[in-house]
Amino acid sequence: MSATAVHSLWTTAADPISKIDTPKIEYGQLAPTLIVLGAALAGVLVEAFVPRRSRYYAQVFVSVVSLCAAFAAVVALAANGYGTTKAHIAAMGAIAVDGPSLFLQGTILLAGLVGLFTFAERRLDPEAHGNRVDSFAAQAASVPGSDSEKAAVRAGFTTTEVFPLLLFAIAGMLVFPSANDLLTLFVALEVFSLPLYLLCALARRKRLMSQEAAVKYFLLGAFASAFTLFGIALLYGYAGSMSYGRIAQVVDGTVTGVDPALAGTMGNDALLLIGSAMIVMGLLFKVGAVPFHMWTPDVYQGAPTPVTGFMAAATKVAAFGALLRLLYVVLPGLRWDWRPVMWAVAVITMLGGAIVAITQTDIKRLLAYSSIAHAGFILAGVIATSKDGVSSVLFYLAGYSFVTIGAFAVVTLVRDAGGEATHLSKWAGLGRRSPLVAAVFAVFLLAFAGIPLTSGFAGKFAVFKAAADGGAAPLVVVGVISSAIAAFFYIRVIVLMFFSEPRPEGPTVAVPSPLTMAAIGVGVAVTLVLGVAPQYFLDLANQASVFVR
Amino acid sequence: MSFPLLTATAALPALGAVATAAVPAARRTAAKWLALVVSLATLALAITVLIRFDPGGDRYQLTESHAWIADFGVRYELGVDGIAVALLALTALLIPFIILAGWNDADPLETGSRRWRPTQGFFALILAVEAMVVISFEATDVFLFYIFFEAMLIPMYFLIGGFGDRAHEHGEAAASTQRSYAAVKFLLYNLVGGLIMLAAVIGLYVVAGNFSLQEIAQARANGSLHMVTGTERWLFLGFFFAFAVKAPLWPLHTWLPNAMQESTAPVAVLITAVVDKVGTFAMLRFCLQLFPEASKWATPVILVLALISIVYGALLAVGQRDIKRLVAYASISHFGFIVMGIFAMTSQGQSGATLYMVNHGISTAALMLVAGFLISRRGSRLIADYGGVQKVAPVLAGTFLIGGLATLSLPGLAPFVSEFLVLVGTFTRYPVIGVIATFGIVLAALYTLVLYQRTMTGPVKPEVSAMPDLRVRELVVVGPLIVLLILLGVYPKPVTDIVDPAVRQTMSDVHTTDPKPEVEAAK
Repeated sequence: MSATAVHSLWTTAADPISKIDTPKIEYGQLAPTLIVLGAALAGVLVEAFVPRRSRYYAQVFVSVVSLCAAFAAVVALAANGYGTTKAHIAAMGAIAVDGPSLFLQGTILLAGLVGLFTFAERRLDPEAHGNRVDSFAAQAASVPGSDSEKAAVRAGFTTTEVFPLLLFAIAGMLVFPSANDLLTLFVALEVFSLPLYLLCALARRKRLMSQEAAVKYFLLGAFASAFTLFGIALLYGYAGSMSYGRIAQVVDGTVTGVDPALAGTMGNDALLLIGSAMIVMGLLFKVGAVPFHMWTPDVYQGAPTPVTGFMAAATKVAAFGALLRLLYVVLPGLRWDWRPVMWAVAVITMLGGAIVAITQTDIKRLLAYSSIAHAGFILAGVIATSKDGVSSVLFYLAGYSFVTIGAFAVVTLVRDAGGEATHLSKWAGLGRRSPLVAAVFAVFLLAFAGIPLTSGFAGKFAVFKAAADGGAAPLVVVGVISSAIAAFFYIRVIVLMFFSEPRPEGPTVAVPSPLTMAAIGVGVAVTLVLGVAPQYFLDLANQASVFVR
Repeated sequence: MSFPLLTATAALPALGAVATAAVPAARRTAAKWLALVVSLATLALAITVLIRFDPGGDRYQLTESHAWIADFGVRYELGVDGIAVALLALTALLIPFIILAGWNDADPLETGSRRWRPTQGFFALILAVEAMVVISFEATDVFLFYIFFEAMLIPMYFLIGGFGDRAHEHGEAAASTQRSYAAVKFLLYNLVGGLIMLAAVIGLYVVAGNFSLQEIAQARANGSLHMVTGTERWLFLGFFFAFAVKAPLWPLHTWLPNAMQESTAPVAVLITAVVDKVGTFAMLRFCLQLFPEASKWATPVILVLALISIVYGALLAVGQRDIKRLVAYASISHFGFIVMGIFAMTSQGQSGATLYMVNHGISTAALMLVAGFLISRRGSRLIADYGGVQKVAPVLAGTFLIGGLATLSLPGLAPFVSEFLVLVGTFTRYPVIGVIATFGIVLAALYTLVLYQRTMTGPVKPEVSAMPDLRVRELVVVGPLIVLLILLGVYPKPVTDIVDPAVRQTMSDVHTTDPKPEVEAAK
């Protein structure tokens, strides 16, 4: 054995430096993400350098401008055909710029913008020592009930850090559904999860509950992330690559140019099945599907309501986007294995969410379980494994996210001395006291229930149609049954609002600033437009329903 | 492009509903007049439809067709045949009476918040229901029909749950609880029916690829669209279930007595005379046309269910202590007749059933509205609380009697013609069922006459002694309805002329002809 051979075990001859290509980054096509990330960083600088009294305005300005600019960038990309004919994989294989990406990014940005309005609301909470305050803790670091907390409230501190945190979360969500390799997927998952954990802990009222929610979310979320990461490692072992396209080729058996060093472990089905199951598990956790839903009610209830609304809408959009891409791009060759499992998950998610919701007495928990049931409906569309399936899921997500943010925005309005009055009994007779607010909330509930002429019906019809077309008729029947169960508890709330006598010491409805009004108004408008004239948006979703690989 | 008459007939009450709801809280009376004027204008449009409709012409007339949701294969397609025209006219006719009868039913007792406007809401909801019922009679696109069939539940639900009789034996709190129970029961029954239908609607799309009634019926007729027997039967059951809940057919009927008992008399009329007709109408239009083979397959079972409805409804009506519940069970019995007429698959049966829908609407409206006037005077719904009313308020008692006689199908009043046709139509094909159904009439005589005897005759009860007779507004409501009952009882030809061609078409859809009369067959 020659000395050089032994030597080569530890080292290998380096290529000349000149042969490393500079990475080719398509800045234009990544503009939406980059703008939001840049604005988030700018927000951090604002926190550091702008005087406290003007920080709020500066932050709101930066956030609104950046979200609008990013949305404009998405529209521009879509108009230039990046969603259809020019769809391709950018950033050295890390990011897919295609129809689903752009559609979901657009949805997330709009949901983020509307969510931002509810974040910036400062008229609902009574003024603290002459300072207008929002839903967030005066100083997150001070212990609840301590002197430092009181001092912070007295000084009129507000946690304006929520705006950059929101932007970081949105940036992560923009990448998540367009990630085209597993590593990018994981990085995006963490980038949007960590700010959300923090945001959950920042409630101004009921701070202990909020912090408890954040800890639960963080622990369970970290657990799910670990699963995902382990799954990624196993899939890498299986395919010898992180790239979606490459893994798909290995699954299909059409791969070429295998690295001999990896050939030994490649193609081990155990790695593939366990690995992909673990990744899907992590995504189902984010989606809030049964049996990975345990965090949802506690976190939805404890988090500040604007955060809940944003999280419920945007996380679902991002996570379903990632799930779709994973199942349709990476694992289509495995669909005979994953479909039965997803069938089971969809069935128990639909039924579980709907049945448990019946017993809830807190409006935020009720909406949490309802969001679980909706995750089940969307999964029915995912299972269709067809182009229709993708477009129906996209459409459903777009409609659902605005209903959700709007509904939670209404929840922020109904208040008593202890802050938001979320216990259902306090909502009795709301329809008599403030018919308009109750009527708006009723519209959202009817949309959740999938009553015709709302976006909820159009979306539900789309996913069920896709599922029935894709041979999942029993799933449609289960979906219809759980819709009926779900309708029961939505209607219970309407009964309570309109047909019960108002309580004398009941909550009052705060008059919000134009910001929350805009959030609710957009919600109602989108709900009705998507319900009455959905064709344009269905077309859009249809055009956007082809993944690039 | 010609004037979209059918759209206008539905759009006018819809716009009227929005306008009525927007009337300021203090201007209650203006809202009432606005609603009345809108309903009368809608009636004028419906009469125009009736005039423009040519019974001998195409099957679907005054058609409109526009692209709507291409992705779901859904078009905005309207068109009326004779059956739809008759029911459209009935709906437009009854709404002004309902509004007039409920003139003071929704005046706020206590002043709630400044923005609380129950009166405006009441009349706006009635108009909204009218708009949705009208469009479901007109829709020739299954999806379009389904949307309004379902959406109709929401305003109905608020009408039942939000407005009830002033007087209640257990006080306002108990009344409120019972009302919301009735409203929720109504909604859940119908929503479950509707959602099961949704599954069938999706199934129909998967099989047929579009929702156009005409296209699907045509494709079925010329064989280009073949449905596997099992599929057709499942889809039929999905549709029929929803319609049977709505109609309502035994054993899915239990929501109706609650809903009618707890709502005000005009709303009860709206439920049974207008909204429920959509169910029986849809059986004729959608079940028979889309799934002819399955309809024939299911006929024996459906006839038995209808028969049970007839007898069971009538028997329970005999035993009721509450006037409105009695009318509700009587209606269940009558809906049994209608369903029986539809599924007897004879032209007399189906003509009779359609005519029955119209007549039942008018006669129930007359009886129930007078009953409502009676109840509002005494503040009780219990039969035992009345007695000797005919001595105190003879006009009220007289109109009540005519309404009751119409309900028991006295010859000379409109329902007789239709009931006779249904029975004849059933008898020619299913003699045993026809014979048993006839007992329904006997029982109807029993419950109506006993009701009249207990409330109107006998010694005058002290609580009743000061009862005022019908006021002008109430006479304006009841008078025309009674005139119509007599007119259509003596001369039903105008309605049958419109209905018959459509019935013949439906019969040919299900590939049936009337059985030959035995005398002729013997020759």
